[in-house]
Amino acid sequence: MAEAIYPRILHARLRGQLSYRASFLLDCLAQAVAQGGEVVVILVLFNRVTALGGFSVDEVLLVYALASTAFGLSDLFAGQLNALPAYIREGTFDVLLLRPLGTLPQVMVSDLPLKRIGRVFTGLVVLGYALPHNDVVWTPWSVGLLVVTPVAGSVIFSGIWVVACSVCFWLVDGQELANTVTYGSNTFTSYPISVYSGWLRRLMAFVVPGAFVAYYPALALLDKPDPLGGPGWLGWVGPVVAVLVAGLAGLVWKTAVRHYRGTGS
Amino acid sequence: MIEVRDLRREFRISEKAGFLRRAHRTVAAVDGVSFDVAAGEAVGYVGPNGAGKSTTIKMLTGILVPTSGTVRVSGVDPSRQRKELARRIGVVFGQRSQLWWDLPLADSFELLKAIYRVSGPDFAKRLAECADLLELGPFLTTPVRQLSLGQRMRGEVTAALLHAPDLLVLDEPTIGLDLESKERLREFLAELNTRRGTTLLLTTHDLDDIQRLCPRLVVIDHGTVLADGPLADLSAEVSPERVLVVDLDVAVEPLADLPGVVSVRTELGGRRQHLAFRRDVTTAAALIAAVAARAEVHDLSVVEPEIDDVVRTLYARRHADRSVGNVGVPHDSR
Repeated sequence: MAEAIYPRILHARLRGQLSYRASFLLDCLAQAVAQGGEVVVILVLFNRVTALGGFSVDEVLLVYALASTAFGLSDLFAGQLNALPAYIREGTFDVLLLRPLGTLPQVMVSDLPLKRIGRVFTGLVVLGYALPHNDVVWTPWSVGLLVVTPVAGSVIFSGIWVVACSVCFWLVDGQELANTVTYGSNTFTSYPISVYSGWLRRLMAFVVPGAFVAYYPALALLDKPDPLGGPGWLGWVGPVVAVLVAGLAGLVWKTAVRHYRGTGS
Repeated sequence: MIEVRDLRREFRISEKAGFLRRAHRTVAAVDGVSFDVAAGEAVGYVGPNGAGKSTTIKMLTGILVPTSGTVRVSGVDPSRQRKELARRIGVVFGQRSQLWWDLPLADSFELLKAIYRVSGPDFAKRLAECADLLELGPFLTTPVRQLSLGQRMRGEVTAALLHAPDLLVLDEPTIGLDLESKERLREFLAELNTRRGTTLLLTTHDLDDIQRLCPRLVVIDHGTVLADGPLADLSAEVSPERVLVVDLDVAVEPLADLPGVVSVRTELGGRRQHLAFRRDVTTAAALIAAVAARAEVHDLSVVEPEIDDVVRTLYARRHADRSVGNVGVPHDSR
């Protein structure tokens, strides 16, 4: 019974949007094109070079597709956290505290801008191109990995989103900072991490565990050794990382809300 | 229903003190507030802006955690048992909505039904009751964003009552409403309190709200309780004077010498006179008789002290007390 509440809220939110069909379709298209712009960048790059960080164009596209799909999925729900500063400023967050539900899921389902499904769409289209153009060895394991990866990736992205946006409970203007991390990690994960170097790679790949969204799973699908020398099992631990990230994000959110109720105005 | 003891809430305010440096100071928005509200009461919680009303309400409803002191509302600790409390009380904020902006009113109610796990029959019964008394029928299928403020507030109150709370907390419920909407809402709340026994706690700047709805008043200023008691007692304590307004057929000299009369203000060259009198010295009836003995009375009315005068006088007194260092001399010489 309790579990049915959030889908119901989402369903009601959807009905509100679908009443404007034409603008909805245009929005969808715009999102898909925006996300697709990066594909163009990749293709242009490969006009000049034949490999990027030890990866061919089709391999890079596979990494990109996995990252895009995961980001698009997380954007559908966690993207709503972008509204958090407004909720705090306008007192809407207080209203969420008056309901017998958790605050985080309430924020996530407070709106479902379905136009963002455009991003997922682009990701899936590129995935549909990249898979047959790479040498993927199809076993039940690799199929499972392919299905689980975007889900685990979206959980990782969502966790990053929650942690980054929790800043807004302390800093009124924290949104810019948060977006740097969230949208920044989308861009980062779209390329093999071997193209980055030094502290940036270490930070974005392991502290913000972006490497587990697309890079390592793609290596496992391609059965390709990591040019950076990482062990092969890293491609299979995405779900574990996702669970850890989700747990950590939950703790950070709890602390942030406690801070809000303790010293907020 | 509500139990508040030595409630205190501090805020840290940071101010710029040079480049990247900030000075912090602590301000107590609520500073040692205590009061009780019994089940079935209707209490007005009033005070000027910045007195600490909203901060108190936020602590009573579980939004804010007190710095110190204790709160129990409907048997639970609001800050620790936020979700449990949410099922037991209803809250209406005049200036923020708990409805879904782009959904029809009826859909918002359906969602709240799911959120509060209200059973189908209970929901139908309560909604029908509110819809009937608040006349929601004509706009139940209208998206909330298209409702007038008056319609929306009726929707907000209904939304807060669907889970049949024992306590309804209203923060400035009539703010911005036109007279008719205000009256309709007051009538509904009065019914709710007397018929169903729902406890009411409301903050307001509208003194008609209090006169109409709240037999008891808690007055707060600078985070402390200034006065707590029946409205009538507060009025009597602060301004024991009432005013008799008489319209006379012919003008006469100011009737300042009548027994009990404290001051006189004349209008229309002496044909209308405002006689302020002490209710502990004379009665309106005796005074009217005394006036009638002097001149032919055409019309008359007795004016009770205005409630905002009462509140204003209370503030003024409190500040006067503070300036003489609270020596503990009782200030009412009744």
